[in-house]
Amino acid sequence: MHERTLLEQAQALQDGEVSSVELTQFYLNRIQAHDESLNSFVTVTGAQALAQAEAADRARSAGEAGPLTGVPLAHKDIFCTRGVRTTCGSRMLDNFVSPYDATVVERLQAAGMVMLGKTNMDEFAMGSSNENSCYGPVRNPWDPERVPGGSSGGSAAAVAARLAPAATATDTGGSIRQPATFCGVTGLKPTYGRVSRFGMVAYASSLDQGGMLGVSAEDCAALLGTMAGFDSRDSTSVDHPVPDYQKELKQPVDGLRLGLPKEFFDDRLDARIRASVEEAVAAWEGQGAQLVEISLPNLPLATPAYYVIASAECSSNLARYDGVRYGHRCADPEDLEDLFCRSREEGFGAEVRRRIMIGTYALSAGYREAYYDRARRVRQLIRRDFQQAFEKVDAIAAPVSPVLPFRLGEKTQDPVAMYLIDCYTIPVNLAGLPGLSLPARPVDGLPTGVQLIGNYFDEARLLGLGAAWQRETDWHRQVPPGFA
Amino acid sequence: MSEWETVIGLEIHTQLSTRSKLFSAASTQYGAEPNRQACGIDLALPGVLPVVNCEAIRMAVMFGLAVGAKIRTPCVFARKNYFYPDLPRGYQISQYELPIVEGGTVEIELQDGSHRQIELTRAHLEEDAGKLLHEGYAGESAVDLNRAGVPLMEIVSEPQMRSPEEASAYMRTLHGIVTFLGICDGNMEQGSFRCDANISMRQKGEKELGVKVELKNINSFRFVERALRYEQQRQVDALESGKPIIQETRQYDPGTDRTRPMRVKEYADDYRYFPDPDLLPVVVDESIQAELAESLPELPQARKTRLIDQHALSADLATVLVQSRQWADYFEATVEAGASASTAARWITGEVFARMHKESTELAEPPVSADSLAQLLKCIDSGVVSNSAAKEVLAAMWKGEGEAEEIIEVRGLRQVGAGADLDQWVDQAIEAHPDEVEQYRGGKDRLLGFFVGQVMKASGGKADPKQVSEQLRTKLQSD
Repeated sequence: MHERTLLEQAQALQDGEVSSVELTQFYLNRIQAHDESLNSFVTVTGAQALAQAEAADRARSAGEAGPLTGVPLAHKDIFCTRGVRTTCGSRMLDNFVSPYDATVVERLQAAGMVMLGKTNMDEFAMGSSNENSCYGPVRNPWDPERVPGGSSGGSAAAVAARLAPAATATDTGGSIRQPATFCGVTGLKPTYGRVSRFGMVAYASSLDQGGMLGVSAEDCAALLGTMAGFDSRDSTSVDHPVPDYQKELKQPVDGLRLGLPKEFFDDRLDARIRASVEEAVAAWEGQGAQLVEISLPNLPLATPAYYVIASAECSSNLARYDGVRYGHRCADPEDLEDLFCRSREEGFGAEVRRRIMIGTYALSAGYREAYYDRARRVRQLIRRDFQQAFEKVDAIAAPVSPVLPFRLGEKTQDPVAMYLIDCYTIPVNLAGLPGLSLPARPVDGLPTGVQLIGNYFDEARLLGLGAAWQRETDWHRQVPPGFA
Repeated sequence: MSEWETVIGLEIHTQLSTRSKLFSAASTQYGAEPNRQACGIDLALPGVLPVVNCEAIRMAVMFGLAVGAKIRTPCVFARKNYFYPDLPRGYQISQYELPIVEGGTVEIELQDGSHRQIELTRAHLEEDAGKLLHEGYAGESAVDLNRAGVPLMEIVSEPQMRSPEEASAYMRTLHGIVTFLGICDGNMEQGSFRCDANISMRQKGEKELGVKVELKNINSFRFVERALRYEQQRQVDALESGKPIIQETRQYDPGTDRTRPMRVKEYADDYRYFPDPDLLPVVVDESIQAELAESLPELPQARKTRLIDQHALSADLATVLVQSRQWADYFEATVEAGASASTAARWITGEVFARMHKESTELAEPPVSADSLAQLLKCIDSGVVSNSAAKEVLAAMWKGEGEAEEIIEVRGLRQVGAGADLDQWVDQAIEAHPDEVEQYRGGKDRLLGFFVGQVMKASGGKADPKQVSEQLRTKLQSD
């Protein structure tokens, strides 16, 4: 039963083959059996999940079930959930129980979906390996000695190990797409503004975007249709019509112009991953896509610009964690300054503190022009590069990560090496475009992936290309050996 | 001895009278229990986002239009970063490089009747912080976030005022503008309208500005003038004795009528301003600007001119009436209801004001409606009651005893006017005193008072002395 996709589980529920309570219990059992080694969940909400499942079954008997009613999923622990703690992988929020639900949580719940629990993540979504969680690292289900990627490592590992049929996630510089690739699952980062950020704990507001990790592109399409849409509580959400993504999936690949930017296929890219990406590109070509070589000349500037902008925004976004109203407060503060300093020093991990310092510096008087303002100009250049590219092509194909999943601890001593892993995902966030990560041919038993980048609000086209490739391949259906 | 020139610029903080906060739906009502008006957004819970209050934007645009400023569109909200327990996000959302209102001019009027134009630098929107409570928490401090997020508009003037008197006239003028626009309740005791004043001295003719001192948080027209006067003298004394002025922030103490330095910060502030990525730049459409321009109410200066022209009021009375929109409206409503303008102006600025100020508890508005007041004033003008009796009637109306007519009847205050009784008493007084009549007609005018006295006595004090003397004069002459 665990091999089914989310939509197949939904079908089984509709066919009465299984009840939501049974399905939910099935996944709870899998979490119980497997998560001790993976550490993909921070909180498992068993009793609440079963209660939601019962309600879903009742709704179904009453003929009030929607297409996703009763299907379980997990939420990244960055989405606020009323009554269930929301930690963001941080000691700072270890005791924080939100009094409200994030818009994403609210919408999926309104669709009848059942929350299994909250998944582990890099602290405040800062990291590319899920080693920055105060709850310990998440392990890659394909090789427990390796990282699952980050920051949505818990969501990716849980879906890969089929501890949940799908999970929500967020992506600021690659945090959905890179763990998707490392764990061999499908992940979509929608257009900035497509999914409400309300209730999603902020890391870098102008880059953060909620999305999902699932088994297939079709699963992602089904979830996106529920999650997307304007939210008056988020001024940056866009009032743009939400298409029927599942219907749009059937659009033919034939005649589509697929861009291959040479800057994405440089020497940083592991040759074995390149081969997997090229195999996927060839498949689309075989389905009638026309390949176009393109250039995004400012791409090499993306990573430094990203670390300035994201750090600057995070230094301000995380200022609210001051030990005054909620979250970690140091014991016996001597005075106000001691309360602020020690609460934050104790509450935040090393990487979060590092980015707060980088960001504070980049915004300081005398440095803002050289760092923050300049990075914003670079961002405009990158946006323009993409816009020009989309005059020539309908979608862009690229690798997701230049490297295979690495070993735990391998890069923790070198933050810059860790930052550079996100070089192929970061530009997409800077431009605010949608990006889809699809599993490709593994290398030495380790997953790889291919990335599709689309124009603004063109998620349907990406998902369509993804579904077309997944109809021909079964990389996305492979389950890691220990989790069969 | 050199001649000094005073240079003053004001930053005025006006609380906009929106129902909800600048970025959340929490109420802005004054005086609630601590933290009862602070929602998740005001508390800066993880994941919450600000959404700008369009009403506050409209109010700022109205102000900009009223002072002939440029409305910047798009304008941008920026984060001002600093840590303080009353600032839940760790940053204040304000406007920095691109404020909504730029430039503009206000005309001030000085005691001697002269006018001056004062230019504005800008006006921007920002949120207020919460407040710390230090008493009653056993050595600890508590935070009340009811004020956090309340919309403020900060109006910054150019350093163009040259005397404390000009500064207070400017403050009064702006107070009039924002209250007439209905965008601020103008309540200075509750801090809805307060200012920071920057003052420096320089030699007359000098172009460079001197070292300035900032006087913080002044919430009265009188205090701003006194504080600046003190500071002016202090700076002149220092300069003339060769001491430098230190750039600092000082506080005015009304008790001692002096300013004193506030705590000096140990390091320079660096607020690390940057555009708030949670809020999009705000665009104010031409059509909205046009619609707001159309709906602008009459401002104090224009209204004063109109009151003088239309109701033939003296400049002094008109000035007093336009000190608040409420009283200007009350006056015009009273006239509308049939009272004569001169009586209405005199009574409102006299009797009604006196009663308003006499009340121990602050009254928002007079308990006597303009309509009711007009009925009383008509009785005065038509001679139904005397002035002094009318005061008694007003007092009774104030207490809610009824309308003017009934009170006059119940209390028997109807003045005996031209009628059979008065004629009779006048005739009797003349007939009973032929000698005095003779003397009066012989040129002894002073005797008129004697006759008036006789008639008043006969009427039991109810006759209108004015009418009595008029009638006597006529009769004494004609016979």
